[in-house]
Amino acid sequence: MSGMISPYLTLGAILFCIGLYGALTKRNAVIVLLCIELMLNGANLNLIAFAKMGITPSLTGQVFSLFTITLAAAEAAIGVAILIMLYRNRGTSNVDEMNLMKH
Amino acid sequence: MLSNLADFFSSGSNLVFFAFALFIIGGAIFMISFTKVVHMVISMAFTFLSLGGLYILLEAEFVAFVQVLIYAGAISILMIFGIMLTNHQEQEEDEVKRPLHNTLLGLGVLALFGILFYAIQTSEFPAQTAVLSENNTMEIGMRIFTAHVIPFELMSVLLTVAFIGAIVVAKREED
Repeated sequence: MSGMISPYLTLGAILFCIGLYGALTKRNAVIVLLCIELMLNGANLNLIAFAKMGITPSLTGQVFSLFTITLAAAEAAIGVAILIMLYRNRGTSNVDEMNLMKH
Repeated sequence: MLSNLADFFSSGSNLVFFAFALFIIGGAIFMISFTKVVHMVISMAFTFLSLGGLYILLEAEFVAFVQVLIYAGAISILMIFGIMLTNHQEQEEDEVKRPLHNTLLGLGVLALFGILFYAIQTSEFPAQTAVLSENNTMEIGMRIFTAHVIPFELMSVLLTVAFIGAIVVAKREED
């Protein structure tokens, strides 16, 4: 891949679109969380591709992709915690039934 | 276009890119189309691993290993725990009940991808590759603790707050 950035950007766009489709169609909350991770990964791929082949290539893109990965881990932990609490209170993991802020 | 494709397949790193891209897209598509939830998570872990390989191709070795550790390791296992703690054998079988919603959403996502693809294809990117540092991990460490030390500390605070919050949220309320 000598100096061609557009395949990486296209792959990132494909990942983002698949993740968006899955996050809006799936009903299991765990799978919705996974699809959000997929979208974050598409953005990460863009960051790392620009860190090597951007207009001003530098390692800053990789550093910020590390921050994004940290953020994704925190988001997954919070998401699973909320999911477990909702399952305990309402007995479901279906996102269609998560329509109340207060039990 | 065809000459572009011929050029694309002429070098080894392009073939590696093609193989990893195939694995990534295949894993994501299988994740969408599987019916059992655990199979979905496994195929997603495959996608995360292939993305790590692509990062190595982009000379981001440290990020590649972080990807394998955090995504393919921690997040996949966390999701499997989430599945085991909520529903054991419930399948995603009611997807076909709303075909209109799914079709419209598919069209919308395809339109979004079309816009993104058009924007990528019409943009001018200079064909250059930077020579990044030989010692990738050390250079990233230097940058984190000099230029990006404030975001790094903010991220550590955020991570602490998020995990304490997760424990407080998931704690069983006895009283």
